[in-house]
Amino acid sequence: MNMVQRATEALNRTLPDRAVDPLSTARRVVGQAVSRLDGPSKVTGGATFTADIDQPGLAYASMVPSRVASGRIRHIDVTRAANAPGVIDVITHHNAPAMDTPVLMTLTAKGCAFTDVAPLQDDVVRWNGQAVAVVVAESQECADSAARLVDVVYDAAPARTSFRGLLSEAVFPADVLGEPSEVSRGDVEDTLSQAAFVVDEVYTTPPHHHMAIELHATMAQWSPGDKLHVWDSTQALGRTRHSIAHAVGVPEENVTVTCRAVGGGFGNKTVWDHQLLCVAAARVTGRPVRLVLRRQDVFRMTGGRAPTWQRVALGAAPDGHLQALVHDSVTGIVHENSPEQVSVPARHLYASDTYRIGQKKVVLDVVPNASMRAPGDSVGSFALESAIDELAGHLGIDPIELRSRNEPAVDPTEGTRFSKRHLMEAYRRGAERFGWPDRNRVPGARRDGRWLVGHGTASAFYPYIRMPGGKARIRITADGHAVVTAAANDMGMGTETVQVQHAAERLGLPLDRVSFEFGDSTLPDSPIAAGSAQTASLVITVAQAAEELKKVLLRRAPRHSALHGLKPADVVFRDGGLYRVSDPAQGVSFETLVGEVRHVDAVGSSPMLPLEFMKYSMHGYGAHFCEVRVDATTGETRVSRWVACIDAGRIINPKTAASQIRGAVIMGIGSALMEEGLVDSRAGRTVTASAADYHMPVHADVCDIDVSFLDIPDPLTPMGVHGVGEIGIVGVAAAIANAVHNATGVRVRDLPITLDKIIDGGAAR
Amino acid sequence: MEHDGISTAKVTVRVNGSSQSAAIDTRTSLLELIRQHVGLTGTKRGCNQGACGACTVLIDDQRVLSCLTLAVQADGREVTTIEGIGDTTQLHRLQSAFIDHDGFQCGYCTAGQICSGVALASEAAAGVPSVVTDDLHADEVDLSLAEIRERMSGNLCRCGAHNGIIAAISEVYGS
Repeated sequence: MNMVQRATEALNRTLPDRAVDPLSTARRVVGQAVSRLDGPSKVTGGATFTADIDQPGLAYASMVPSRVASGRIRHIDVTRAANAPGVIDVITHHNAPAMDTPVLMTLTAKGCAFTDVAPLQDDVVRWNGQAVAVVVAESQECADSAARLVDVVYDAAPARTSFRGLLSEAVFPADVLGEPSEVSRGDVEDTLSQAAFVVDEVYTTPPHHHMAIELHATMAQWSPGDKLHVWDSTQALGRTRHSIAHAVGVPEENVTVTCRAVGGGFGNKTVWDHQLLCVAAARVTGRPVRLVLRRQDVFRMTGGRAPTWQRVALGAAPDGHLQALVHDSVTGIVHENSPEQVSVPARHLYASDTYRIGQKKVVLDVVPNASMRAPGDSVGSFALESAIDELAGHLGIDPIELRSRNEPAVDPTEGTRFSKRHLMEAYRRGAERFGWPDRNRVPGARRDGRWLVGHGTASAFYPYIRMPGGKARIRITADGHAVVTAAANDMGMGTETVQVQHAAERLGLPLDRVSFEFGDSTLPDSPIAAGSAQTASLVITVAQAAEELKKVLLRRAPRHSALHGLKPADVVFRDGGLYRVSDPAQGVSFETLVGEVRHVDAVGSSPMLPLEFMKYSMHGYGAHFCEVRVDATTGETRVSRWVACIDAGRIINPKTAASQIRGAVIMGIGSALMEEGLVDSRAGRTVTASAADYHMPVHADVCDIDVSFLDIPDPLTPMGVHGVGEIGIVGVAAAIANAVHNATGVRVRDLPITLDKIIDGGAAR
Repeated sequence: MEHDGISTAKVTVRVNGSSQSAAIDTRTSLLELIRQHVGLTGTKRGCNQGACGACTVLIDDQRVLSCLTLAVQADGREVTTIEGIGDTTQLHRLQSAFIDHDGFQCGYCTAGQICSGVALASEAAAGVPSVVTDDLHADEVDLSLAEIRERMSGNLCRCGAHNGIIAAISEVYGS
């Protein structure tokens, strides 16, 4: 932390808290299980995704991937490809337009790339699968076919591709999302050596891939005056626009980015090489160009979750009191990229007399890693929450009771107060729903035919984040409808539905008189949909716009009306109009206030930097419970029951929020039991580069998932909300590992928990 | 036929009851015929290698992966896409059930899930067994949750809407 940050924090601690949002307890529309407003369009095939959009004169692009992980292109011959039927042009580093570096993704910068090296600018190969050429043709069939005819000769150089082989070279990154890469208190190793009960184990996790079903798609079209329109499957409209404008060297206002529907994002629908290459192809050919990644390109040209190595060591007194907590970790990343923040949960979950919590990085020559659903926290919690369960077993204490005995009074590493923390209440309610008292207590003791049955639990956790910046506009039309607009994103979270619910509640309107327009960068700039932060970030800007709207409408109040001369604090939105606070019978409808003009507009901006999470410890929590059945002969593991109880603040829509938690649990089941990105360390090539080779849960793998929310508002957040997109995956893999141990007596510390590891552990017979 | 060095063929397919003819590159998949030439974009490309199910459509009421079907193979056949199942003014009951049970999030795999759901009902009604069917000789297979899950496992969903999808299909076709 630098001097400026220290000074800001010190000042921030003296500032008063923002007043509690009065809507935190409103229940007219917010809190209702409203079905998705985009439902009819999505179940009929009417929703428009990027690859569905056509343009007159459209050309089609296909990329040529490199075959080596490191080195130089000695020779590239495009003759055969250029002469193939239908080919318009072939672009390589010899003829690609000059591009500046893409802007990296950080909390404060406006970029959203995971590599700061622009494509096709030199002859250097940086990873296996990186694009070395782009073919543009009159049809996709012609482009794909000709892409195979580009002849490339490489001078391959030694590449760093084996994460586990390079662990000894790990070094500390400069920081972990602005926090120190390691935090410590006391002599943790000495304390550990003297503790009565000790767990000291290594846990490992492989690369994971987002595998959104929609293939990344871009369409680019240049028009006179250096204007550029990009249709892109992005989860960050504004940042995509900024990144592209910066890279291609045109003013940001010349670029429009449009994206109405995204077919899943999970952190990886950001800026990669293909958008810049599509824009370059449109520039070179003078045609609108569409570039849709092939499935293997998604695996090799866009990054996933980094592999991790983690040591967790816990030392405890006989009563379970934690005396030492070590979480040392290493992640495999690309130069200064996102570090995969695995050490975050251990910084906030447990009180311990001494601790050392930190992470190092190993730099690899692979496709740059990206943020994937609860980056760091999900795989970090696998190690931490497995170790806590192991400790509970050694101590002979119920794992929930062990957690209860180590609940911190204040944030354990930052010393800040909690804005809210209801972790143990989530455990209490979840345990009740699951029937935890009836669980199997002795590992390997419960059997149902060929199945060994086990039960496990683990904590969910995710930071509260509100993105800085952002605007929203509210338009009241002459017929008394409200249209809320922001350049927001919806990859399936239900953005439109919950923002309509919010605005309807805020403006005192029924749902059918509110609409939400999003998905285009010409609308008021809105933050990236990431970090589970979009809902809170939008709510606060829309709330600000509503306050501005009061001022605008009051200025329009007729002289003889009940509102004449009043100030914003004197009025509330209710029943389709503005009413006096002091006399609820006195008010004027929106229709009257808008009057003769067609509409009235007000714009709100995010009021201040999100300083609240520097002053308080602000996190979501939850408790996962699961039952697994492990085949006693083959080691096959099935998840047969799941209960998740989540403490993520106020829930705007329990239907869509529960779906987000379920989706995260299912992705977590995948990480626990099957998902494993395999890299051939000789060539640095991802070999699991298809939906058939990269296994993820299918319908037959998914049981009914019981989701409940505590629904307790956070007094310091807009409308009391936290994000719900990521917290659900955190703790899932640990809960399954703990249940597998409970079923079989075998502790697997290396994800995924596959049959061979259970058999090698001696469980199956 | 050959045109500018590209082998072409004329195909005629009935799509959602309407006859469609096109002279196409013989490499064109049924998926791209539907999307590019007929202009119905509700059917999605998720992998183009038959592994995800997003492109599922019906040929003569049986489900097929349109990305692995050449357009010429569908010549003279009856193809039903999501647009032919129901529209926003008249939703098919399975489409309504998907909305009620929140059987989708991003909506990208949804067309394939719904087409598969419609087809599996007729497969079960015709007594076609699956790996979890107990009675292989039954005239009709009861669609238990296990049957539906098994028969839907070729349709991947990454948002994790599995519970809602299965609940919707079970409500409409389940035993």
